[in-house]
Amino acid sequence: MDAKVIVVTSGKGGVGKTTTTANIGAALAKQGEKTAVIDVDVGLRNLDVVMGLESRVVFDLIDVLEGKCKLNQALIRDKRVENLYLMPASQTRDKDALDPEVFKQVIDRLLNEEGFDRILVDSPAGIESGFKTAAAPAQGALVVVNPEVSSVRDADRIIGLLEAHQVGEIRLVINRLRPAMVASGNMLSEADMVNILNVKPIGIIPEDDGIIVSTNVGEPAVLGQSRAGQAFMDTARRIRGEDVPFPVYGEEPAGGFWARLRKLLGGA
Amino acid sequence: MFGWFKSREERSKEALRDRLELVLAYDRANVSPGKIDALRADLLEVVRKHFPAGESSIEVEQMGDKMVLSANIPLESGTRPGPRRG
Ligand SMILES: Nc1ncnc2c1ncn2[C@@H]1O[C@H](COP(=O)(O)OP(=O)(O)OP(=O)(O)O)[C@@H](O)[C@H]1O
Ligand SMILES: [Mg+2]
Repeated sequence: MDAKVIVVTSGKGGVGKTTTTANIGAALAKQGEKTAVIDVDVGLRNLDVVMGLESRVVFDLIDVLEGKCKLNQALIRDKRVENLYLMPASQTRDKDALDPEVFKQVIDRLLNEEGFDRILVDSPAGIESGFKTAAAPAQGALVVVNPEVSSVRDADRIIGLLEAHQVGEIRLVINRLRPAMVASGNMLSEADMVNILNVKPIGIIPEDDGIIVSTNVGEPAVLGQSRAGQAFMDTARRIRGEDVPFPVYGEEPAGGFWARLRKLLGGA
Repeated sequence: MFGWFKSREERSKEALRDRLELVLAYDRANVSPGKIDALRADLLEVVRKHFPAGESSIEVEQMGDKMVLSANIPLESGTRPGPRRG
């Protein structure tokens, strides 16, 4: 993707925006880009805990917007990954403190003064002011979608709004896909969703208990070994323009590993 | 194999519980953790200036539903104020 500023959004809540921001942010940094992840979910910040940086928060985005601290004072450097920085949202203020124009200026300064290669903006759920502020400076968007009806419907709505906001590069991150259910015909496949929404996919992330464990300990999955972590690493490579083929989840036999093993041993 | 999985998951839950307790305490107290950390470090430096040998500690503690910084500064006999560093 050419976009340096990418908003991570979904419409529907709880589909994995924050998880996606943390992991793709860490993956891009691991791959050498100087990356900032910014939490715009004012009043309900979570990116700090998902990344395990909550104990280091001193200043936040609203402090920057109101000029109460210097820009780099609100940037928390992740000590585990070189080139990775978090700007937390304020937990105590409300959304009205966010002005899209001022937010845009802050993003410009991050690019020009601090020299970031890439900025990921974790948007709040919904289509109201928080989303609009998050989308304002973005040239690209990752629309996170789960394979279920309400998520796809809300994603479609968001895609329309992003187009109306002149966000150029819109890509799908299909999250929580369960290959066995897709194979048995009980879950929308990646191809179904791409067809319905008519947006190019850039990541397909399987449902993975590893995400829960990594969130518990506050360490993005891309820093460990897990299927979802690997899928996020691949997604980051595609964002950087590498041609990484998608795994063909849908064709995996029902039952996953054990079914494959049975098949291999000549069983049904 | 399953034992290993279980213990890793239990470990991660313990970690989550500890982190949550702190996060909620700071949220409820309406302060940012990093600020308290900086305050703690500053206080500790002052204490060490006066009691360089002492094993002082300053910790964030939960008391009921209040968060407090509690200092543990042993005033051992024979401990004299140390020279001022500067
Ligand atoms: N691929 C996955 N496998 C398993 N669990 C996942 C996966 N992706 C996300 N989750 C879980 O789903 C829950 C919601 O994720 P997350 O907080 O990232 O969503 P969100 O879109 O940011 O939510 P909100 O709209 O509230 O900001 C979390 O508990 C997370 O651990
Ligand atoms: Mg979120």
